[in-house]
Amino acid sequence: MIFKWLTFIVVNAALIFIFMIAPIERQEGIVQKIMYFHIPSAWVAFFAFFVVFVASILYLWKKEREWDIIAHSAAEVGIIFCSLVLITGPIWAKPIWGVWWTWDARLTLTLVLWLIYVAYLMLRFHASEGSQRARFAAVLGIVGFLDVPIVHFSVLWWRTIHPKPKVLSMESPGSGLESVMLITLIMSLIAFTLIFFLLLGQRISLEKMRDELNEIKRRTFHSS
Amino acid sequence: MNYLNKVWAIVWKDIRAEIRTKEIFSSMFIFSLLVLVIFNFSIDLLEVNPLDIAQGVLWIAFTFSGILGLNRSFLFEKENDCLQGLMLTPIDRSAIYLGKMLGNLIFMLIMEAIAVPIFVVLFNIGIYDKIISLAIVIFLGTLGFVTVGTLFSAMSVNIKAREVMLPILLFPIVVPVIIASVKSTGAILTGKPFDDIISWLKLIAVFDVVFLVVSFLSFEYIIEE
Repeated sequence: MIFKWLTFIVVNAALIFIFMIAPIERQEGIVQKIMYFHIPSAWVAFFAFFVVFVASILYLWKKEREWDIIAHSAAEVGIIFCSLVLITGPIWAKPIWGVWWTWDARLTLTLVLWLIYVAYLMLRFHASEGSQRARFAAVLGIVGFLDVPIVHFSVLWWRTIHPKPKVLSMESPGSGLESVMLITLIMSLIAFTLIFFLLLGQRISLEKMRDELNEIKRRTFHSS
Repeated sequence: MNYLNKVWAIVWKDIRAEIRTKEIFSSMFIFSLLVLVIFNFSIDLLEVNPLDIAQGVLWIAFTFSGILGLNRSFLFEKENDCLQGLMLTPIDRSAIYLGKMLGNLIFMLIMEAIAVPIFVVLFNIGIYDKIISLAIVIFLGTLGFVTVGTLFSAMSVNIKAREVMLPILLFPIVVPVIIASVKSTGAILTGKPFDDIISWLKLIAVFDVVFLVVSFLSFEYIIEE
């Protein structure tokens, strides 16, 4: 409960920062504010897929249903944020680059990631319930994440025009952004991370309730 | 029997079954031929320079017909519970993986060895002085495709909508292999020096090694009952 309120407050504070405090970017104008949603979504998506990877390894190792639930939930939440990245990206790109979509390295990587984890969810949907589904999904969760760096290099050498990440430049961290903008971005990153954990927790408890319900159903049918 | 003999026994079993039925090979080969022909209709080679599109068409033919072969690979084992029999044999699960993987690799390489000359004729491309470098690219690319492909084939055979699920699982994962193979095939066909494609070949090699190891280790979780 406290966590929900904390998320609520931080998200609202981030919104105030984004729309009222952060200055409007001189060259890009109001469109630049999409970045405060785009970058945190991308971070959360990658983080969620990392959670899938770790939970998948732990499942194959320990064989506990708990890890399967976490992997499944993280993949679902990750797909939502990955979709947000793919939706907000073109909205920003149209006025700035003049095109909705371009086969730039980071865009392509995000699209491939999206396809990998949609396949992950489809696999879960089509496989019959039980430990076999969990094992299949875990293997795909591991293979998919190990593929990310290889996909990254392949599309990077293929072609790229994405703006160099300003915040993460090596020389002096944060030099590319105005300080208020940087604070806003960090606020937004924290807010999105909290939203991620909130959704993940909700999704996990939902899945556990479903398990419990199935167990009750099974027992009732057997006893009657 | 040592480990390699066990692997070879499985490969040989698949080859013998294939020699008798000719099912996998004929469907793969005819399909790749069809892809090449359909592309000739969809792109007018009188207007487009064949060297702009040839490498892409070649790899589409390989991947699409490769999927057909991979789909069949474990379907035969599923019928008549052959997989059960394989699992009851006193061999390591990873040997089953390696055997099936090598079998798929051999079938695909044979299919490609016949498809390339047809491709050369249909697209009017000279490859006489480039055969060795082309063979290296095709071998590495196909190996990458088959390592993950065999793993996923064992997976998709056990789930609903298996024919559909295999490409959906496999294509996103093999994106790096396809990009690298198409790029290096293109470089070879346009007569660029071999040094230009070294970095692409390294990328495919990394993919091959990483997923050979991962599939080798995780295969036992796939066919566990």
